[in-house]
Amino acid sequence: MEVGLTHILFLSTALFFIGVYGFLTRRNTITMLMAIELLLNSVNINFIAFNKYLYGGKLEGVFFTLFLIAIAAAEAAVAIAIIINFYRNYKSIDVEDADSLKW
Amino acid sequence: MSNALSIILIPGLPLLSFLLLGLFGRKYLRENAGWIGTLSLLASTVLSLVTAFNYFFVSGKVSGVYQQIIVAKHTWLEFSHGVSIDMGFMLDPISVMMIVIVTFVSLMVHIYSLGYMKGEERFATYYAFLSLFTFSMLGLVLSSNIFQIYIFWELVGVSSFLLIGFYFDKPSAVAASKKAFIVTRFADLGFLIGILVLSFGAETLDFKTLIERLTTSTPQLNSMIGASFLGASSLTWGLLLVFAGGAGKSAMFPLHIWLPDAMEGPTPVSALIHAATMVVAGVYLVARLFPVFAISAPGALQVVGYVGAFSALIAAVIACTQTDIKRVLAYSTMSQIGFMMFALGVSGYGGEHGLGYMASMFHLFTHAMFKALLFLGAGAVIHYVHSNEMEDMGGLRSKMPVTHLTFLIACLAISGIPPFAGFFSKEEILLAAFQHNKLIYAVALFTSGLTAFYMFRLYFSIFWNKEFHAEHHDDHGEGPMTMKLPLIILGLMALIAGFVPFSHFVTSDGQMLETEMHIVFSVAPVFLALTGILIAFRLYKSENPGAEKIASAFGGLYEWALHKFYIDEIYLFVTKKIIFNLIGKPSAWIDRNIVDGGVNLSADLTGDTSDLIKDWQSGKLQKYAIWFFAGAMGLVVVFMYVWR
Amino acid sequence: MSINSIIFYLIAAFIIGSALLAVTARKIFRAAIYLLFSMIGVAALYFWMSYEFIAAVQIIVYVGGIVVLIIFSIFLTHHVGSEMEKPNRLRMVFSGLAALCAFAFSFMVIAKNEFVPSGGAPLPLTVERIGMQMLSTTEHGYILPFEVVSMLLLAAMVGCIVIALKQPEGQIQR
Repeated sequence: MEVGLTHILFLSTALFFIGVYGFLTRRNTITMLMAIELLLNSVNINFIAFNKYLYGGKLEGVFFTLFLIAIAAAEAAVAIAIIINFYRNYKSIDVEDADSLKW
Repeated sequence: MSNALSIILIPGLPLLSFLLLGLFGRKYLRENAGWIGTLSLLASTVLSLVTAFNYFFVSGKVSGVYQQIIVAKHTWLEFSHGVSIDMGFMLDPISVMMIVIVTFVSLMVHIYSLGYMKGEERFATYYAFLSLFTFSMLGLVLSSNIFQIYIFWELVGVSSFLLIGFYFDKPSAVAASKKAFIVTRFADLGFLIGILVLSFGAETLDFKTLIERLTTSTPQLNSMIGASFLGASSLTWGLLLVFAGGAGKSAMFPLHIWLPDAMEGPTPVSALIHAATMVVAGVYLVARLFPVFAISAPGALQVVGYVGAFSALIAAVIACTQTDIKRVLAYSTMSQIGFMMFALGVSGYGGEHGLGYMASMFHLFTHAMFKALLFLGAGAVIHYVHSNEMEDMGGLRSKMPVTHLTFLIACLAISGIPPFAGFFSKEEILLAAFQHNKLIYAVALFTSGLTAFYMFRLYFSIFWNKEFHAEHHDDHGEGPMTMKLPLIILGLMALIAGFVPFSHFVTSDGQMLETEMHIVFSVAPVFLALTGILIAFRLYKSENPGAEKIASAFGGLYEWALHKFYIDEIYLFVTKKIIFNLIGKPSAWIDRNIVDGGVNLSADLTGDTSDLIKDWQSGKLQKYAIWFFAGAMGLVVVFMYVWR
Repeated sequence: MSINSIIFYLIAAFIIGSALLAVTARKIFRAAIYLLFSMIGVAALYFWMSYEFIAAVQIIVYVGGIVVLIIFSIFLTHHVGSEMEKPNRLRMVFSGLAALCAFAFSFMVIAKNEFVPSGGAPLPLTVERIGMQMLSTTEHGYILPFEVVSMLLLAAMVGCIVIALKQPEGQIQR
């Protein structure tokens, strides 16, 4: 069986829901951040796959991937800054402890 | 045009001094504030005297008739073509006469206050208020537009309020200023509606056009007379409402209750505002619209006459019983303004018939002089004795010779004893009343007798009667020169003002009117006045029980008059019992239960709903994520299968 | 089955396996390492699709940047080798089921969908082409997003510094 677009989409969808599972079950904020990275990667795979299989003559998927990677880097940096600050104030990085913003 | 400029400067200088003193007075100018105010007013006075001279002897007359001259005019708000609020200055005999009176009396008061208010902490503020008042009053009399007069009218009311409440740490002064403001505001409501009625009918706000349209046969006049409401034409209603505003400012019955209380202000203020200038604004207003009253609505003019006569009488009766010297003077003011009012009321328009109008303006002029003098004299007495009550005084004639002499002149003038100023103007009024309305004449004659009585009751009580005991009293003399000088000048004016050939200058139609003295006619009032003085002499020259005997002989009437005929109590009853209970309480109930209830209901609903759903806001990040995820999936399902 | 397919299946298995381990490992440091492997797998996938430039960026930014950053933050906040506490079992089951169902549903939709290639012969992906179009100001040029992203990165940098700055004594909560 020749590998086609559907196979790659299966892979990226699986990766996406693994990320979702991780985001919902992990209580440690750093591991939640990792789960988010998985989500972003699955999206990147989608972009590249569509670019390769459907729009071979264009570069749009590549550019979106590049921008996504850049934005993901920024996001990760800010997230880690927040986590460190949170840890400094609460001596914990458990997301259950970050509940002061409620009624 | 230098002429226009000098006329603009007449009210402009006090305005300037108000701004200067109001902004910088307390901090930087302090003691100099008085001099700044006085000097700017002195300039204003000189300018108005020059203007008066120019108007009466040089430029005002065209073929024997004094013209209405608009010296400056600026269209400020144009509502529709022809109906606009202008800011302008109009010169005619009465406005020229008024600017002279206002600046002159105000100048006297400014000078007097230099001594009287010395050492007062808010000295500069006081002078700022005085300047504001003078500015407003000058603006009022010079107005060329009925709405402009209303604006200055309110400004005058405000400055009066500020000055009555000048001692704002005294509760009675605060109450008095509020009372004055509310009562006159209430009357001004009538004035405003009157303005609207008149301007709607005449299709203009400009005095000159308004008077022209409403005195000659024009479509506007006919439609106003044609439109009738409750048995009177809309013209009559409009004029009566305007008169209601004037009655409020001029303290005519039944809107007079604020005037006696207004005496809580500093005494020079009482002299300026509540005796000589502001309170005659109502008379001035009626005189301003006099052609309309006299030619087109004689019914309204009759009302003016009867209200004036009644106020004159009732005020004179009350004045006989009061013991606070400023209150006696206040009621005498009210009585004298009543004289002016009914003099207008019995007057006709033009020629010989206009005698009452001329007399009224003449009396306004002389009254301003001697009433200001009386108040300033009373101020000097109060300054010396530190009390307003008659029983604390007595035997002051040797301690205060200047005050004594000038006060005596003023008393003789107001009583109508020849050759003092009041005699001439009062004679004219009585003559006019005699010619037109015998009932009012009778009332006026009796009232002028009463006037002589209560004025000399005051005079004897202050300067004769018992000896003055200067216990706990540092004898600081009669007062500085700044206080005596205005008394002397005003005393001279009270002596000679009557000899001004007034009828040559101020008449209803602008034409010269020759008046002659009827010796025979003058016998009755002078005799009555002398009788009043004699009675007062017998009762109050020295301490004796005569006064109390007479008071008890009058019994109920005396009690009534002492309590000012319970008019204040009636007002209180009406407002507290009737208005508060019938209107205030139900509206309060509606406000509390229905309006507030509605608001509370919506607030409670929101609160309760929030209580119910606040647990959703748990602060648990992953719970939010689950809901977000579920929502996103739900949307996918919706878009895939439901909304395709 | 061609060798190409075998390589793809191997890469896919590697990615999914290490991703699963990354979200389930009890030791946080190990989770980070599994994530690293997963990222490398993704880079390998890009190589497999012959998008070498993207693969290089993936390795540089993700593997060399983000994962290293995560590992640093783990060192800052954890003792090495410490185990995380066990997640709530009920939640694990519930989340697993939800993810599985959603995955099944999504893949059903994807599998049913027919993807139509929009023609155009595949062009070789050269760095020169990417660079020219990235900085082009004509149509299909990406200069504006490029500049916007540069602003975003700058803002993120400043923001990180401000957030992570040590607060003055006395302002620390709790």
